[in-house]
Amino acid sequence: MRTVRRLPLVLGMVVVGFAVLVAIFGPALVAHDAFTQNLAHRFVPPEWLAGGSPAHPFGTDQLGRDYLARLVLGVRISLMIGLTAVVLSGLIGTTLGVLGGYFGGWVDAVVMFIVSCRLAIPIILVALTVVFLVGSSLTVVMLTIGLLLWERFAVVSRSATRQVASRDYVAAAWCAGCSRRWIVLGEILPNIVHHLIVVATVDMAIAILLAAALSFLGLGVPPPMPDLGLMIAEAKDYMFFKPWVIEIPGLALFALVLGINLLGDGLRDLLGGESGG
Amino acid sequence: MSPVLEVRDLRVRFGSMAAVRGIDLAIERGQTHCLVGESGCGKSVSALAVMRLLPRGAKREAGAIRFAGEDIARLPERAMRRLRGDRMAMIFQEPMTSLNPAYTIGSQMTEVLRAHRGMGRAAAVERAEAMLTRVGVSAPGMRLGQYPHQLSGGLRQRVMIATALLCEPDLLVADEPTTALDVTVQVGILKLLADLKRDLGLAMLLITHDLGVVARIADVVSVMYAGEIVEHAPVGQLFAEPLHPYTRGLLRAIPVPGKVRRGEKLATIPGIVPRTEVGFRGCAFRDRCEFATQECAEPVAERVEGAHHWRCRLASGWLEAA
Repeated sequence: MRTVRRLPLVLGMVVVGFAVLVAIFGPALVAHDAFTQNLAHRFVPPEWLAGGSPAHPFGTDQLGRDYLARLVLGVRISLMIGLTAVVLSGLIGTTLGVLGGYFGGWVDAVVMFIVSCRLAIPIILVALTVVFLVGSSLTVVMLTIGLLLWERFAVVSRSATRQVASRDYVAAAWCAGCSRRWIVLGEILPNIVHHLIVVATVDMAIAILLAAALSFLGLGVPPPMPDLGLMIAEAKDYMFFKPWVIEIPGLALFALVLGINLLGDGLRDLLGGESGG
Repeated sequence: MSPVLEVRDLRVRFGSMAAVRGIDLAIERGQTHCLVGESGCGKSVSALAVMRLLPRGAKREAGAIRFAGEDIARLPERAMRRLRGDRMAMIFQEPMTSLNPAYTIGSQMTEVLRAHRGMGRAAAVERAEAMLTRVGVSAPGMRLGQYPHQLSGGLRQRVMIATALLCEPDLLVADEPTTALDVTVQVGILKLLADLKRDLGLAMLLITHDLGVVARIADVVSVMYAGEIVEHAPVGQLFAEPLHPYTRGLLRAIPVPGKVRRGEKLATIPGIVPRTEVGFRGCAFRDRCEFATQECAEPVAERVEGAHHWRCRLASGWLEAA
């Protein structure tokens, strides 16, 4: 029973761990360059299909670029986007949420109003506007998602803060003469961190999917960067004749997001947090 | 000798609800003052008002709180913070939640010393160890490295007490310090508090609803009802000759082994505590009191006889007359 319950966590850790290793070391290990085109070798099928060659284990794309090299670089870009977005949104959301939850009253009302406003903004439309105004780049994608995806952090840290702030040890800290700064940073924050870790995994998965969707629409990472969403977008024209060109990046994206979500679920059970999402 | 803590006409309200309606308290060095009353009578709110830690929504209205001769009711928050944990400390009811689960016992205890006394780490650890030994914790060195969840309820309460006493405060406010503990553990904690009070010359304000605790530890008792102190007397006098009908009702409701027969119902006080709005007049107990008359709807003056104060229209000796 115990091992069954731990299975999601282990699976998630294996998948995410593998993805992180691939992102860090993969591009250096793959023999081919992700950008070098070779029109003579377009659509070489992967090694396990008829006509495949060990030179290109995952085949080549419509411009003859090595698919494995592009995939590995794509995973690195996806993780970078996810990580940056989570750090950025975590800072914004946690600050707002803790302020609202701790001070209550009008501060809380203002925070909740800002959260409501944020929920009313469609991210895709904002991204469209931003791309129109400043042009698309990896940095723009990371910033856009990071600056817009903080509402879950805010809501969870707000309710967790309210819960923790009413505990006796916070009152005891007041009685010991602690400052308000210490109460918030030293007493409350360490006790809501486990909620925030779970939110971080959920948001990371969402950020990666969102980035892929933006790239698919041509609003995200610009070509020739091999973002997973962009690879799927480029492959969709050929999917009926050469299904593997869309299957490979699609499966990679699926596995990555699933792994992060499993990790989040497992951590939630492990940390015993009653986190909402 | 002037009292360590002197509270005059303290009033606290939550919106239109008057939670504390003008109480007076005076506690001297080496004295345990028990504040007794049922849930919601305003005893915890009074304690929090003394520490100036009232929750949001509560408003302290009138009243002077003199601590060691200084009126702290008007002290700026900064100066108040220096007093809390140093000169005045507080312990709480729930030992399970009053230690921060994110830190070891040691870091929570030394934090206080480092903040108030500017002690170095080694000196603070040594002092914390000595204090844990003083409150009867065995193997204090090991306990300092442990987290709260590794300790039992009684042990945690001892740690709480040790933490509160680290800076040798003049006043210790204890809000139901034994309520959440097993009876056998309760006795140990009460004995410890009594010893500490004697040895350190603490002034202790102890809040409880348990008259057994009062009998064991109090020097002076104030009985609270609906935000007022209805009776105030040295402990022996209060138990021997309760003068307010509410106190009498409380004492009658205590089951005494051997005296209560099988099948016999315990005495109760009929009715419920009234909701006292701001501007409530007269005796709050009149709806539940068997001696109530028309007169009780008028404001009641406090009667004083020696050290015995009570707030009732009935003079002493009413019991014999009735």
